[in-house]
Amino acid sequence: MERRVSGRAASDGLAIGPATILRALDGASRPKGSITEEHAALAAAVARARQAVAELIGRLTGDAAELIGFQLALLEDDALTESAFAQIESGVAADAAWRAAMAEEIAGYEAADDEYFRARASDLADIRDRVLRHLFGLADDGQLPEGAIVVARDLAPSAFLGIDWSKGGGIVLGEGSPTSHVAMLARGRGVPMVVGLGADWGRLTGALMVDGARGVVIVDPGVEHIAAARAEGETLTRRKADAVARQCEPALTRDGTAVAVLVNISGPADMTVLPAAACDGVGLARTEFLTANLLHDEDAQYSAYADLMRWADGRPVTIRTLDAGGDKPIPGYTIDGESNPFLGLRGIRLSLRHPEIFRVQLRALARAAALGPLKVMLPMVTNAAELDAARSHLRAVLAELADSNIAFAEPAFGMMVEVPAAALAAQDFAADFFSIGTNDLTQYATAASRDGAEVADYADVLHPGVLAMIAHVARAGRVRGVDVSVCGDAAGDVRAIPALLEAGVRVLSVSPGLLPLVKAAIRELDLAKIAEGA
Amino acid sequence: MGDGGEIGMQEVKAHALLTNEVGLHARPSVKLTQLAKRFASTVEIAIAADGPWTDAKSPVKIMRVKAAKGETLFMRANGTDAEAAVSALADLVNRKFDEE
Repeated sequence: MERRVSGRAASDGLAIGPATILRALDGASRPKGSITEEHAALAAAVARARQAVAELIGRLTGDAAELIGFQLALLEDDALTESAFAQIESGVAADAAWRAAMAEEIAGYEAADDEYFRARASDLADIRDRVLRHLFGLADDGQLPEGAIVVARDLAPSAFLGIDWSKGGGIVLGEGSPTSHVAMLARGRGVPMVVGLGADWGRLTGALMVDGARGVVIVDPGVEHIAAARAEGETLTRRKADAVARQCEPALTRDGTAVAVLVNISGPADMTVLPAAACDGVGLARTEFLTANLLHDEDAQYSAYADLMRWADGRPVTIRTLDAGGDKPIPGYTIDGESNPFLGLRGIRLSLRHPEIFRVQLRALARAAALGPLKVMLPMVTNAAELDAARSHLRAVLAELADSNIAFAEPAFGMMVEVPAAALAAQDFAADFFSIGTNDLTQYATAASRDGAEVADYADVLHPGVLAMIAHVARAGRVRGVDVSVCGDAAGDVRAIPALLEAGVRVLSVSPGLLPLVKAAIRELDLAKIAEGA
Repeated sequence: MGDGGEIGMQEVKAHALLTNEVGLHARPSVKLTQLAKRFASTVEIAIAADGPWTDAKSPVKIMRVKAAKGETLFMRANGTDAEAAVSALADLVNRKFDEE
């Protein structure tokens, strides 16, 4: 019968579909048997993965079918398992042997000069995980059914990006927080999401209705609920369609104040959501997704940045230097096992410790700056000295380029304001612009982890203390004569926009999927009235 | 080398230029191995005339070669249907794997 489970709203919208549980591989374990048993266990897991993939092909068409066809061809090839079986013979457990063999195979793809081959590393990782799931006895997720409601303890951003959301669907998480990166991605793509359901998440089965705005999941929704949801969904769709119809018009408040609305770009797919004409530029391009495998590859980075510059077509493009660490680890680059990674080595702190990698990125950025107004943004700046140190790397790179015959230009050099101490000292930073990262600023200022379901209520950007910091940065920017924007989630949250404008912010950067509704919300506001009400 | 010592056995060689956009990438590799498997002969490929040679019936090994656009793909087969195998493979490469 119909049952209601409450969580926290993480991404608006309504979705109805079959519950599909994704159990995480991390932390899974199995007892190790004899060499013969381990051999048999891997053989059986590979056979089952192969069978599941073969069945899957029948249900797919087009590119997806061909992609899976490639996986099947590899799974049918004994060469794939050769080295894993050899390791098992020398006494290694089946799961460890398979992981090691696949790590080697994947490393070969990642080392390729050709982007097409490098991109296939993700197929190999997929094959690895499919076999591991069988080995650990976790139900094979295979390909999700259309419109599936993904149910999991937590979901990695990479897992979100690996799912095809074009046919609908939703997300229900036992843990997680509305300010996590995956929640941000879900809002950007318009995937309804409810988080923080607690331990009950593992028992959700059957048909689920996800009400992302109310933070509620209905199990086995009745006809009335479904009808109400459809009606509400239609209203939402209509409102969105009206907003989309006006997305290329500027965003002016009722009293005529212009607010620039830019977009946040996480990967090439984000550039297909909107025409560039709908935005005032790119306020934040994240490079940890563009360059995960390409830290040392200047040309590949340049070509990714050049794509962005071409898309923006003369509008300003702010590209953030690598912001690894926190909940975005990069094997071999970030530090493993930090007791609190969000308070550890991340963003510019890591870049300054890896100058050779940092300079590759700065070179690629300076080259792309020749194509249009490019702004380089440093994440997690805490001290003015970090900005100076980063700037001297930029100068060195510009000097190198000046001695070559490669086209380049000096980009604007600014910083993200997300560390409270930096926010309150913004007037002391010689940055060319400030962009306030409200997610991190809020979690640091309220001492409430952005990934913790239990403390999510504390991490409120509307806390007067957080708003005071934002107002302070806006003032410091006006005094220094530099732009101040907000690129965190608050910029795309219609409930937070009035407070941001009141704090003096006039530039917002939001997920492309949210831009039409953000512009529509700005057009409803009257700044004179907001000031009176305060 | 074309030693073909045993009766009825022969080694046949050919080469063709990879002109399709993506080289011997996922889909072309799968097509190539599927075709190679139709022949009883051993069928191998290389990106240099003197090898190293790779089993053309193994997609895993073919992908490890990472043959890109513009490279010459060398083929050799050994067995009763070697002639047919090599000419079918060369034909597939020349047809750009029927992709373009």
